[in-house]
Amino acid sequence: MLPLTALFIAAIVLTGCGGTPEDEGGLSGSFRIIGSNTVEPLSVVWVEEFMKMHPNVRIAVSGPGSGVGIAALIDGTTEVAQASREMKSKEVDQAKTKGVNPYEIQVATDALAVVVHPSNPVSELAIAQLSAIFTNHITNWKEVGGNDAPIVVISRDTNSGTHVFFKEHVVQMKGLPTEDKSLEYGSGVLFLPSTKEGVDEVARNPNAIFYPGLAYVTDEVQPLAIKKTADDLGVQPSVETALAGSYPIARPLLYYTDGEPTGVIKAFIDYCLSANGQAKVTDVGYVPLE
Amino acid sequence: MLRQRVSAVAAEASLERGLRRRWRLGEKFIEGWIFLAGLLAIVVLLGIVGLLIKEGLPIFSHTPPWEFLFGTKWYPVSDPPTFGIMSFFVATIMVTIVATAIAVPVGVGCAAYLAEVAPLRIRETVKPIIELLAGIPSVVMGFIGLLLLSPLIQSVFNLNTGLCGLTAGIMLSLMSLPIIVSVSEDALSAIPDEFRQAAYALGATKWEVVRHVSIPAALSGIAAAIMLGVGRAIGETMTVLMVAGGALAVPISPTEPMMPMTAAIASGIGNAVRGGLQYQALFAIGLLLFIMTLAVNLIADRVMERQKRKFAR
Repeated sequence: MLPLTALFIAAIVLTGCGGTPEDEGGLSGSFRIIGSNTVEPLSVVWVEEFMKMHPNVRIAVSGPGSGVGIAALIDGTTEVAQASREMKSKEVDQAKTKGVNPYEIQVATDALAVVVHPSNPVSELAIAQLSAIFTNHITNWKEVGGNDAPIVVISRDTNSGTHVFFKEHVVQMKGLPTEDKSLEYGSGVLFLPSTKEGVDEVARNPNAIFYPGLAYVTDEVQPLAIKKTADDLGVQPSVETALAGSYPIARPLLYYTDGEPTGVIKAFIDYCLSANGQAKVTDVGYVPLE
Repeated sequence: MLRQRVSAVAAEASLERGLRRRWRLGEKFIEGWIFLAGLLAIVVLLGIVGLLIKEGLPIFSHTPPWEFLFGTKWYPVSDPPTFGIMSFFVATIMVTIVATAIAVPVGVGCAAYLAEVAPLRIRETVKPIIELLAGIPSVVMGFIGLLLLSPLIQSVFNLNTGLCGLTAGIMLSLMSLPIIVSVSEDALSAIPDEFRQAAYALGATKWEVVRHVSIPAALSGIAAAIMLGVGRAIGETMTVLMVAGGALAVPISPTEPMMPMTAAIASGIGNAVRGGLQYQALFAIGLLLFIMTLAVNLIADRVMERQKRKFAR
């Protein structure tokens, strides 16, 4: 549903922006941004603003998932791929054999919140506990200090960069002494096609747990404080804690282009990285670059 | 006088020849057109089968068919990836069984009412309305399942989550219902009225007529209707993607979250680079799905043919 909404917004913006006076230099052209469901809300805001400044530029945004965007860049069906994880070396190799040179630009940072139902008494979890929950080794909330109720574990599907990032950094505990690359999501985990659907299910289900990007957290769900190890203090996800580096599950949000961007794409990315563009990042709920 | 008549007859004959020639030209043209259209359908079908085989079969050099079909681990983006589709296969079967178990009694009952009991006016208003149900987009059915049915199922069965095979099956039964009602009703209406009248003459009640005469006589048509409904349930994608829950474990009961084959393809294909292992694996699932629906449709076709022959006398 989300990618569709984004296209819709882009279409409305397309029709709704008749020649604003700030149009300098008559920049024109069109390109596509396809990929991460997480980066999408940010891209949509930037695209909206950019097209207001340059009425002759057409940009279409859709967010089916990072993997989709990267596959599209490799297959040459998009000019810009938005991603919430880095390209794997295997994907870079695939791109090279097809004559595409992926060029990476970090446009913002995201903190991944772990959310539960507001009625859930659990308020903080360590990464190792999260790993055990998402591998189905812990299946009851009472094992982590909650009610005697089964845990309904929700994840994004394999299209999602968030799926891969969370697997590497939380399920497999990357960077911790307990890191184990053989760990996978448990077979009882529900894989949902969009982040919004996951948040909605947590809002309805008192026993559910899910990991949306910070921008998707609503008042109907409760974000948990995350402890890097059992001895650390729990840290709530927020723009401040992610900027300070104290929140453990933060990740870069990226744009990939084929080679260094030129022309209208360069102008757009320069805008995203400018002070004005970065000011929008906080509005959407992500963490701007320093 | 006689000569005149002869010449008139001759003129008529030559006119007729001309007409016939023009007819033949037109007929040839239309014949060719229909032939081409028929050919196109076959070419497209063969093309799709060819594509599925070409893109899907190479996966078996990475994962042997046995492991592919009976493996329970599906980790396409891991390193190294594993492809086992047992859970998807079982989920598809389970969701289809739930859908059929609900849609068949309701659908056949509804068809029997419309064909045997309802007055003409009711039949002619209700049947199109039921057929309209087939026109509801599957994504809308998904929404309804997500917002209305899944919370209901969760509280009624006291489940951890309402996103499960049962919810998906009920939504699918609603989607295959119009096909089952429509085709079974046609089959029931096609039974010669003498059958019923003979039964009434022997003193049978309405229920006995429906139960022992009409339904048995139309059985092959009803069976075909059921098969078409099953085919619809197996192939439906959007609804099951949204409400079936999408868990990778091999489901043991329909109240568990599960991921049918269509949902697995839809949720993975965007991510798969053309020609990659995951791409091939998804095409192989598509191939298996195609074989399943083809088998169901072939059975439906055979059964329907038998029904037609039965009353051709």
